[in-house]
Order: sequence, then C-alpha cells, then structure tokens
Amino acid sequence: MEFFKPATWSEALAIKAEHPDATPIAGGTDIMVELNFDVRRPGALLDLTEIAELREWSAVGDGFRVGSGVSYARIIEELGASLPGLAMAARTVGSPQIRNRGTVGGNLGAASPAGDSHPPLLAGAADIEVASVRGTRRIPAAEFYKGVKRNAMEPDELIAAFHIAAADGPQQFAKIGTRNAMVIAVCSFGLALHPSTRTVGTGVGSAAPTPRRASDAETFLAGELEWDSPGPLRDSVLVRFGELVAQAASPIDDVRGTADYRRHALSVMARRTLGWAWDSYRRN
Amino acid sequence: MSRPTSAPDRITTPISGGVGASPPRPDGTLKVKGEFAYSSDMWIDDMLWGATLRSPHPYARINSVDLTEALKVPGVHAVLTHDDVPGQMLFGLEHTDQPVLAVDIVRYQGEAIAVVAADHPETARRAIAKIVVDYDVLEPLTDMEEAVHSTDAPTLHPGGNVVRHLPIRRGDQEVTAPVVIRGEYEVGMQDQAFLGPESGLAVPAEDGGIDLYIATQWLHVDQKQVAACLGLPPEKVRLTLAGVGGAFGAREDLSMQVHASMLALRTGRPVKMVYSREESFFGHVHRHPAKMYYEHGATRDGKLVYVKARMFLDGGAYASSTGAVVANAATLGVGPYEVPNVSIDCWGTYTNNPPCGAMRGFGAVQAAFAYESQMDKLAAELGLDPVDVRVLNAMSEGTAMPTGQIIDSPAPVAELLRRVEAMPLPDAAPTDSYDLRQLPGGVSNTTHGEGVVRGIGYGIGIKNVCFSEGFDDFSTARVRLEIIAGEPTAMVHTAAAEVGQGLVTVQAQIARTELGVERVTIHPADTQVGSGGSTSASRQTYVTGGAVKAACEKVRGMVLDLARERLDIDGELRMEGGKIVSDRLGVLAAVADVLGDDAIDETVEWRHRPTEALDPTTGQGFAHVQYAFAVHRAVVDVDVDLGLVRVVALDCAQDVGKAINPDAVVGQIHGGSAQGLGLAVMEEIQVKGGKIRNPSFTDYLIPTILDMPPMKVDVLELADPHAPYGLRGVGEPPTISSTPAIVAAIRAATGLAIARVPVRPEDITGTA
Repeated sequence: MEFFKPATWSEALAIKAEHPDATPIAGGTDIMVELNFDVRRPGALLDLTEIAELREWSAVGDGFRVGSGVSYARIIEELGASLPGLAMAARTVGSPQIRNRGTVGGNLGAASPAGDSHPPLLAGAADIEVASVRGTRRIPAAEFYKGVKRNAMEPDELIAAFHIAAADGPQQFAKIGTRNAMVIAVCSFGLALHPSTRTVGTGVGSAAPTPRRASDAETFLAGELEWDSPGPLRDSVLVRFGELVAQAASPIDDVRGTADYRRHALSVMARRTLGWAWDSYRRN
Repeated sequence: MSRPTSAPDRITTPISGGVGASPPRPDGTLKVKGEFAYSSDMWIDDMLWGATLRSPHPYARINSVDLTEALKVPGVHAVLTHDDVPGQMLFGLEHTDQPVLAVDIVRYQGEAIAVVAADHPETARRAIAKIVVDYDVLEPLTDMEEAVHSTDAPTLHPGGNVVRHLPIRRGDQEVTAPVVIRGEYEVGMQDQAFLGPESGLAVPAEDGGIDLYIATQWLHVDQKQVAACLGLPPEKVRLTLAGVGGAFGAREDLSMQVHASMLALRTGRPVKMVYSREESFFGHVHRHPAKMYYEHGATRDGKLVYVKARMFLDGGAYASSTGAVVANAATLGVGPYEVPNVSIDCWGTYTNNPPCGAMRGFGAVQAAFAYESQMDKLAAELGLDPVDVRVLNAMSEGTAMPTGQIIDSPAPVAELLRRVEAMPLPDAAPTDSYDLRQLPGGVSNTTHGEGVVRGIGYGIGIKNVCFSEGFDDFSTARVRLEIIAGEPTAMVHTAAAEVGQGLVTVQAQIARTELGVERVTIHPADTQVGSGGSTSASRQTYVTGGAVKAACEKVRGMVLDLARERLDIDGELRMEGGKIVSDRLGVLAAVADVLGDDAIDETVEWRHRPTEALDPTTGQGFAHVQYAFAVHRAVVDVDVDLGLVRVVALDCAQDVGKAINPDAVVGQIHGGSAQGLGLAVMEEIQVKGGKIRNPSFTDYLIPTILDMPPMKVDVLELADPHAPYGLRGVGEPPTISSTPAIVAAIRAATGLAIARVPVRPEDITGTA
C-alpha cells in the first residue's frame, strides 16, 4: 500500500489527480475500522491531516465555510450556537475519542446512509465544496448522495469544505440507537425551520440507500405553519408531518432493525422534533 | 537454640491486606493505563504468525482442499490441514467431538479447516485466501427443537443430535392445582464479549515438546487436550498463563492452542496467533440460546404446587460443555423456591449454529428468565405483589431441591428480597426539565420526556458453585515460606487462571492471614504445579482459595513445629505479624529468627466435599456443592413510543458467605449485573440460517456507562459451614437475576407480555 502525506492542499490535489484510487484519510474513524476488519484494501492512502487549512472554518456572508477536517468536537464547541442541528448530530457520534478525531469530511467521503451529519446538512441546505486540479465546485447536499456509500464526486476530487447558513430558526436532530451512547443510527432525522424564507428543511438518515430529504413533508409543513402568529400546532399537522417523513423513507430489514420499526420511529421523531422546534420558535 | 535476644516483646506492625480487607489489585493500574501485557502483546525474536482458514458455510461436505497456491506465497513457512494433526484428531471438554481441523465436513460457519504460518500476519492472511476448498453446501439444521424431535433432520454426529437429555422427576407427577400459569420463553445467543481476543504464543522446545503461553481459563485441561492432539506426553506440553483480557466462559474451550503448537512444531519456530475481533466471534463458544415451555400450578393463595417445564438449549455444532449446562438449567429450573412436585425435561442439542458452551451463569441464566417471568405472571394472575409471591415460596435452609438435595447452609432468599425491596427508590423523572443522559435514547435526543413510562421489577437467581455431579473438583497450591532480606516472605504458586476477577489478590490475602506475614508474591500460573481447576462456576476463591489456605496451614504447622523445637517450648503457638506468638507467653520470636536460612515449601491438593451423579431417569441426587443467591430490583424508564429503554436503577442484594475482598465482591456484582443488563436489552448474536450477522462491536452492542446506572449493593455474609472462611461463590449470581428484573420492569412499564430477551425496540412498539 502506498502512503501519501501531502503538506499542502495543492499537493494533495496533485496526488489525487495522479492516484485517483487513493483513499483520503483524515480522522480515520471509518477507514481504520475497514482496514482492521480487512473489508477493504486501498492501493494507496492519502493522509490529509498535515493540511492546516482543512481544519479551519470561517464566517462567510450569512453562514460558514467549514473545512472538511474540522472535528465533531470542534463543531460542537465552536459552531454549536450557530449550527445547532449539526452540533446535536455531532454529539451523537461515537465516543469522545471518536468525536475528537472524526470529521464531517469523513462522513461525506464515506457517504454511508447512517452517517450522523447528513440529516442536518440536508435540512440546512448545505453545499459541499469539492476540488481537483481541474478546479473547485459546490454540490448541494441533496445532490451529493448517490447510493449506498457512493457520492457525486469524481475520482480526482477531494472534499475541501462544506458551506452552510447559520440557523435562522430552530433546528433539531434525533437518532435511534439501541443503546444510549456510542451507537450507529438505526434511523435518524434532522429538522430545520427557516422563518426567513418560510420554508422547512428535513433530512432522513439510515432509512434509505442514501440520506435524503422528506420533500413532501417539507412542503406540507411550510404551508401549515403560521409563522407570523404562531399558535400551538394542531395534532393533525404533527401526525401528518410524521406520516410524510416516514413515507419519504425506503428502509430495509437489517441487523440493526426492521423496516417497519424505522418507518414508525421516523414518524415519532418527526412529530417530536417538530414539537420542540415549534415550541422554541413560539417562545422567541 | 536459645531464645533469640533480638526478639521484640510485642507485635509492632499488624499485617494489613489479609482476608476481609480490600488491598489494591496488582494489575489494576496497569490495565487502566493501558500498560498491562495481554496475551496479544507477546513478542519473541524470530517468531512466525499464524492464521486460520474458516468455513464460510454452516454445513458442507469438503471435497478437496488445494494448498498449492498458498504454499507458493513468499514468506509462508507451513500450511497445515487435518492430515498434519500429529495425535488425536478430535478435542472437546466433555465429549471429544470437535476436529482440530475439519475432516471432510464442516458443521458451523467459522469452523477451522487449515492454518498457515508466515513471517508476517498479512502474509499469513494472504496465503489463507489462496487456499482453494471445494464444498458441497448442505442445508443446515438450525432449529433446536427440530434437532431433537424431527425425524427428517440430518444426524450431525454419531449418536444423534441430542447431546444430553436430563429429566427431573420429584413428587406427584399427576398433581393438579387450582391456578395454572403457562408461558413460552426464549433467550437469544449472548456473547461473552471479552475485550482481549484469543491469542497465544507457542515456542518449540529442545526436547521436542512445546512451551505455550496462553490466555485461558484452565491451563491443565488445555494441556491435556493439546498434548493428546499433538501426540505428546503431557509433561512435554508446558503452559504458562499469559495476560487474560476477560473470559466469562469463552476461554474454557480450545481456540488456537493446538493450531499454534502444530505450526511451531512443524516450522521449528515460535508461532504467535491473534484473532481479530471479527474472527473472535467465530473463535469461541457463546451462551446457549434457549426455548422454554413452563407451567406453574399454585394454590389460590399463591403457594406453588408444581412446576412442569420443557427446556431446549442449542449447543450448536459441537458439544463443548452443553451437558453440564443442561444439568444446571434443569436442576435449577424452578428457581430458589419450595416446589413439592417437579417435572422438568431439558435437552441440549447439536445443530449447525455456532457452538455454545460456558458463559457466566451457565444454564441458570436461561432458566431464571423463564421461572422469574412465571412468578410475575403468577403474581399478576392472583393480584399479589411480585415480592410477596416470591417470599411466600422462598426456599430456605432445609428446603429440598427438585433433585432431592437438602439445602444445608444459609439460603436467605426471603431476606435478600426484603432487603432489596426496602432500599430507597430513585426519584421520579423531573417533569419541568430534562437531562438527555437521564432519558431513554440518551444523548441521541429522542425524547424530552414524551412517552416515557417508569416500571419496577424484581428478579432472583440461584446458582450452583463449583463443579457438580460427582466431578473430581480440586485445586493445587504450593506455598513456600522463606526469609528474604530479613523479612518472612511467602510465595504462592498455583495453576489457577487470573482472568480479571482478582484471584491473585485473594491468594495473597489468604497467605497473609494464614501465615501472618506481610510480604507475599504470586508465582506466575503455569503447569509446573498441579491443576487449579477451571476459573469458572464461581469456584476459584472457594477451591483454589481453599487449597492456598490448606497449603498455608501445612506450612504454618511446620514453622510452629520448628519453633517448638528451636525455642524448646510446648503448647499452642500461632504466627502473627511476622512473629511466633503464644497465648500464654506472648511474642516468642521473629519468624525470621526461627526459620533462618531454611525454606518451607509445601504443595497441597485440596477438594471440596464430594457430590454425586444425578439419577439419569429421575434427576435425583446430591449433585451440587453449594448454592448462591442474588436479588435485583430494576427501575426502568421506557419510551413506549420508540421502544427505547433506560435502566434507572439496578440495586442488588447478594449473600457471599464471607467477603474475602469486599471491593472485589462489589466489583463482581457490578460487572455481573451489567452483563445481565446487556442480555436484557441489547446483547444478541443474530444468527440466520446458521450464519452470524453481527460479528463486530459495531453491531453486537454491550452496555456503556450511559446504559448502566450506579448501583446500591447490599452484601450479606452468612457463613456456609462447609466452605473455607464460610465463603460463597460470587461471580455468577448477579448475572442471573439482573436480566429478569429488568424485563419485569419493562413489562410493568409497558403492560406487554414480553417473553424473549434481549428486548428489542420492535418488541415494545409492535414493529418486529
């Protein structure tokens, strides 16, 4: 196995152009498990941990550009107030040690449907910034996930950052696991209310071949919410929203849970997170 | 010899760290800091690495094994199959039925077929991948009841698919009762989930023998099996215990012992083998899954009249210790209750599922889930309190077991129940605020209190301590006393395996108390001394502790004889604080002065009282040495909408006879309770068509600190007159009672008739 450890971003892109099969590694919390279990033998590893700019974030316009190498622990600590949905998801990732190492960039690269950061990126309408020696482009999160562990990147591209607006309203994230910490999602749900645009964002995790939005649920809810004179939500709205979120999923029976349970749990999580988010909106 | 003038006239330093104290364990700090040398950390110059080819099929005929390409891989030194086994082709704890390497047929997914030694572990794995096996894949037998009763099922072993059937018949077999409670219960396949994977180092010796450094639970039973398979006399197979990273029963059977030794003998080089985490799930036995049909008959007051049960335990492809597990499940099958009329049939079966054998609780765990579920059902049927119905039927000293054996030491079942019941309950969950860590789902943020219902449940378990049914169960201890740097120093040498439970600490404590010396060293456990028996059945403090005590008594007797001779006195003497002391005359001499340059070195083989075999048609007999009891009260919060559970409290009372090391006792109770919690709500090896679906800690979940609540633990010490110091085995009982307590609490919270563990979110939400 070849091992590359570029010191600069341009060097990394050049290596990736020359060795498109090289597997990028940052925190290593996915890759090292796969190597240890011998489920994958990459021809080359491209270690990105020397590239300081990947570990930086900056405020840009009404949002942030967050380097792909920023750890979950730092997202919670440094960006939690502005990106509460993503921070809530980050808190559910692994253990403290894993959160110190793992990165959103790694989640995006692996593109597992169970990745915890995907639902808030979808709900928050994030863009993924990818780069190659050919240039840089931004891919909306909703177009980024292409299949089980497949994303929209070209073989010579690396993930530079993601761009996401600061929360303009309440955000929530909930995840099912069969123990109370350190667990891969059975299914998960992210919700963002966007009062400034009168829209709703959603993200469904671990209940379809890819993370995905619940578009019908978003449209339905945006039409039902009384943004200007927020009263209590009618039960019928909560129930219908839950149903539409569950319908957006196409889960399977697997070792972590049944498809029926996933649909059921998604509807419960959708109702509850909506209740919490709307209560929060009404209070402010 | 005249009285030494240097002898002080009083004992200045009382001995600390004796029996009843809690001296720190020597391995504790090292383990916490990651500095302890486990078996997988061993290294020796010039060693090779072994790897194992395993069957991907649960049941298949092997037509051919082609090693040609594997042998061509540079760096490969040997590729061996069953043709290369030098001695006996089969091994096994109770039945020698398991091939060292598969012969013509594989009976479970993961069965070893060939082994490779290479100069790098990756090279060994690559060579494994180049071995070509031609299989005829067969339809696996995976249903344990079918294995027993179906006439269509394939016969997996000569003699049929039943490893053991044990009937228990006591009292009136035709008796009826006004209240009848029936239930069917299932227990999933739990894994011991030790953290240190199977590993060892085999070093070829100049005499043609082998030195094997190995993490195991019983050095001598390994030695016997390895020697037979290598075709060597036992004295040429020398074992030394390497650092053990947990056991819980999973190291009772051989894993890589014979394989590494074969490779080392063939290559003339040391060979190390370490299983990966995934391989480990295929490399050891698991807890028997169970299907149990129960019927309890009672009076309208709730007094038990009879218990009838049919129990099936899936032993998987090879027998391992299935026979003994069957005996426990059957003889302990009614629980710690007075039941005048009993009819139990228990079958342990062969199937093509993963082999099952020893795991903490050993048959008693499965039975307890069923009989405790039945007791709750009985209480509900009669409108009785679950504790009251248990107390009403509680056994006590003098009770006859279903085997006819009379309980002849304290059995404080009712008192343990009342003590746990009297413990304060945790506060109700606050309604005006929430802390995610205190809620079902934890930090995953699935509820802020919505759907959360609290439930309370009780569970009690009974466990036999030590080996049963007439087994010649003994341990050997060698104790040497000599003067080192002016101080009397005892050395304790046994072959008993320290697997994390704290036996090395206990051995030193016993030597301090019996010899009155502060300084004790523990010799590494090896086969240069006689067998210590297995580190299982909660038996080591009892049996090896008993052996160390007896060896110390013998050494002490010789020292005191020497003192009488050298000090020229008669009468009762004792050793205390490094001195020879007489009641009448006070301190007479320092041990150092009496012993001088002499060393006293004695070896004792010690046995507990004998047991007897069970009658094969009635299951009657004095089969068990000792019984131990623990009670749990579980308080759970269940999110009934999502089916998620948080155990809020898991308080326990247990009688330990005598707490030799109180801290270690409480540690055992904590750990055992957590393992029972795992079985209650998350731990299961999922097997489908004979194949394991979740061989990793990603999907085989064990409790974390957020799942396991802090515990209140009440330790009773009611001495067993038959046992050393009155002690009672500690390790297993808390694993048995915590599972039914938690499930009872979940039932109380949800109103659901849950009959299977582990309880899944699907079971609570009706989405299975």
